[in-house]
Amino acid sequence: MIHIIYLTVLLPLLGFIFNGLFGSKIKNEKVVGAIGSGTIGLSFLIMLGAFFQTLALPVDQRQTIVNLFSWLHVGGLNINVAYQVDQLSLVMGLIVTGVGFVIHVYSIGYMHGDKAIWRFFAYMNLFIFAMMNLILSDNFVLLFLGWEGVGLCSYLLIGFWYDRKFEKSTTSDAAKKAFIVNRIGDFGFLLGMFLIYHTFGSLNFNTVFTRAGVMNVPTSTFNLIALFLFIGATGKSAQIPLYVWLPDAMAGPTPVSALIHAATMVTAGVYMVARCSIIYASAPAIMTVVAVIGVLTAFFAATIGIVQNDIKKVLAYSTVSQLGYMFLALGVGAFSAGIFHVMTHAFFKALLFLGAGSVIHAMHDDQNIQHFGGLKKYMPVTYLTFLAASFAISGIPPFAGFFSKDAILWESYANGNFFYWFIGAFTALLTAFYIFRLVYLTFEGKERFGHDKHPHESPKVMTIPLIILGVLSVIGGFIGLPELFAGKNGNAFANWLEPVFSNAHSKLMTFGNYTHFQEILLMTVTVIGAVASIWYARYLYIKNTKLPEKYSKQFKGLYNLLLNKYFVDEAYDKTVVTPIVKGSEMFLWRIADSKIIDGLVNGVASLIGTVSKYIRKIQNGIAQSYALVMMLGIVLALFWLILSL
Amino acid sequence: MSLELILFILFAFIAAVSAVIMITRSNPVISALFLVLNFAALAGLYLLLNAQFIAVVQVIVYAGAIMVLFLFVIMLLKPEKEKFFSSHPQVKVLAIAIAVLVFLQLVYMIFLSKPLASVNPTVAASVKAGTIEQIGRELYTNYILPFEAAGYLLLAATIGALVLAKKKFE
Amino acid sequence: MFIVGVTGVLTRRNAIIVFMSVELMLNSANLTLVAFSSYMGNSVGQLFVFFVMTVAAAEAAVGLAIIIALFRNKLTLNIDEVNILKW
Repeated sequence: MIHIIYLTVLLPLLGFIFNGLFGSKIKNEKVVGAIGSGTIGLSFLIMLGAFFQTLALPVDQRQTIVNLFSWLHVGGLNINVAYQVDQLSLVMGLIVTGVGFVIHVYSIGYMHGDKAIWRFFAYMNLFIFAMMNLILSDNFVLLFLGWEGVGLCSYLLIGFWYDRKFEKSTTSDAAKKAFIVNRIGDFGFLLGMFLIYHTFGSLNFNTVFTRAGVMNVPTSTFNLIALFLFIGATGKSAQIPLYVWLPDAMAGPTPVSALIHAATMVTAGVYMVARCSIIYASAPAIMTVVAVIGVLTAFFAATIGIVQNDIKKVLAYSTVSQLGYMFLALGVGAFSAGIFHVMTHAFFKALLFLGAGSVIHAMHDDQNIQHFGGLKKYMPVTYLTFLAASFAISGIPPFAGFFSKDAILWESYANGNFFYWFIGAFTALLTAFYIFRLVYLTFEGKERFGHDKHPHESPKVMTIPLIILGVLSVIGGFIGLPELFAGKNGNAFANWLEPVFSNAHSKLMTFGNYTHFQEILLMTVTVIGAVASIWYARYLYIKNTKLPEKYSKQFKGLYNLLLNKYFVDEAYDKTVVTPIVKGSEMFLWRIADSKIIDGLVNGVASLIGTVSKYIRKIQNGIAQSYALVMMLGIVLALFWLILSL
Repeated sequence: MSLELILFILFAFIAAVSAVIMITRSNPVISALFLVLNFAALAGLYLLLNAQFIAVVQVIVYAGAIMVLFLFVIMLLKPEKEKFFSSHPQVKVLAIAIAVLVFLQLVYMIFLSKPLASVNPTVAASVKAGTIEQIGRELYTNYILPFEAAGYLLLAATIGALVLAKKKFE
Repeated sequence: MFIVGVTGVLTRRNAIIVFMSVELMLNSANLTLVAFSSYMGNSVGQLFVFFVMTVAAAEAAVGLAIIIALFRNKLTLNIDEVNILKW
């Protein structure tokens, strides 16, 4: 199976081509959906086969390179289209194809009746193609191809309903915003790639990482490389300062939000940093930057999330916040903990989004949670799975999120410092609060919608994926049990990934000596805090429903600030966007383009016209004047002849 | 001061003067007659250069045939005396200036440059070269092809002249 | 003589006179050729003169025919008025 790993990339591409070319002719939605999902399902099976094959290999031989063909061969640069099957890429691949498959199946139900459903599945398959290229590639260039590809598909899918309005503008504006902000990050990524090539002479992962370990490269170079790559990651994975596209990306259909903006694309940045762990380990200053930005983003986004009224917006800010946690983990050197959280987050966040989609579907595209309430008796399956995901994200044991989040918080305390832990823990409380606010306002309490809406449970094709993800959210954490519970080598997940990060770990300072007591203490503190938050949310939104309004009036300024997302978008608009647009219009368009460039081109043409107007008078039809000119020529020729004698 | 030199100066003088007069007369008949005089002087010059055949041919062809043709046409067309200065006098000045310039250049080149090869001519050889035997021999052996071509050329010219000048009857 | 012929070509407006100037130029060339032939002791120059004369005769005939045809159409021999071949 390992050797046909390229099929996992090829099959989605074929699905894209087929649905793209013929999908509009196939009138049967189910066939289109089946093809779209089937390719991903097959890819998942192949991934699973490759996983078991790799499991059977001895620990130090678990990396296989499958070389397809030579792509770029320029000067000293040799880039092949080759796929690296190792522990890290297998984990990511299983997540992408597995969760992707489930979401594709869900979409068959969600996008039912849409007139362009074939385009939807085509783009989704294209996205999986690009994402698989990203995580399976064995060199930076192919990774960048996938990086750009997922950005493109994000644009295409966010703007899928291109004729719809969205907030103050249109969906296409949201799509453009996503793409452009991504590009800013990509610029940083490219600079990083150039610097890597310049320093190490290659763009192949194995070559670069081996050389990074042995070559004598100044730390400043490592710092620059790590910084540039991280800028790319902030763009793709929505961290400060380039997170502003993710909330707007909710303009797209909910399965898109689930797949791209929760489970897979936004984790590409995390994957990339983890893959380049040795580079980051050699640049401790940048690791601090990563951790600080991660924890700040986590906190910042959570504060915005607690007051939003659109169900998808809450989830979007939640995603930004959880991604912050992942980067916090990477920043303190806990690479496998970060990837673990990627996995559990994929489960419960996708589930949350799909559940939200189920609710939106039932409420006929209304997304405002103030209009919901008491839905649990109409949509029991959705309610139960949503609840499971909410417990998971709040970090309540034994749900999946508890183990991954706790691993991150512990590592941030043990290898980072107290402040990381403190802010991270406080954010965990906020997380629990906002997610249960969502649960209570949507599913419990009084019904706040009119009786013209008849909410109903979604069809099986949508609820079965919910159930699958729900189960995973419950049991998914058990493969990553910490040392505390399972003994020295009990953390199967970390053990599996250890060989990939071993070089980086050995470069970092070894972990300090902390007792189990401290770990248990911290764990208990966070769990109790989470439960308390849930209780408080219940109090505010079920028992004493007048209180939230009173608070919002009491802390009007703060409330306004949070509701308007700290006015960051407006600030960006004023300082960056508007000057550039105005500048382009005023100067670049009016002057540089119209006057200078057009003037140059037109000027040449009119110059020739003017000159020829004078020259044509020579042709006057009188033979004698021609003879005169001829004599003139003879004069000149004779002069030359004389001079050469 | 040999006879040759005197004759040369005489003929050259006549040729040059008649040429200048030719181009400055307004009456075309006068111009034609002075051209005939010019050709005659040239024939004399050819004789001085031991080119007997050419001299004779000059007189026959040029002075005899061509100039007669010219005179026919002049008489036929009866042109008026033309104005000497056209509407663009500056063109005339420019033309004369250019002509003088070229003259000076040619003079310079002829008199002030070194000859490429030094050939010592003998009188006997040059005499022999001009005889009709020699020319005839060269013409019919080495240069037979140009000879035939010249024949075709004359044929073409004849037909051309006929076609161009005939009146259209229909 | 050549220069004289050139001046005549450039200056005169009567077509026939221009033509005669051309003949003058041809004759000047002939003279040069004969002179060199005599100087070299070679008869090639004179042969060439022979051909030049042939060509000149042919050209004179055709040229005059053209002038006649032109005169018939335009009733003038003034070449300044024959300027329709222009831009």
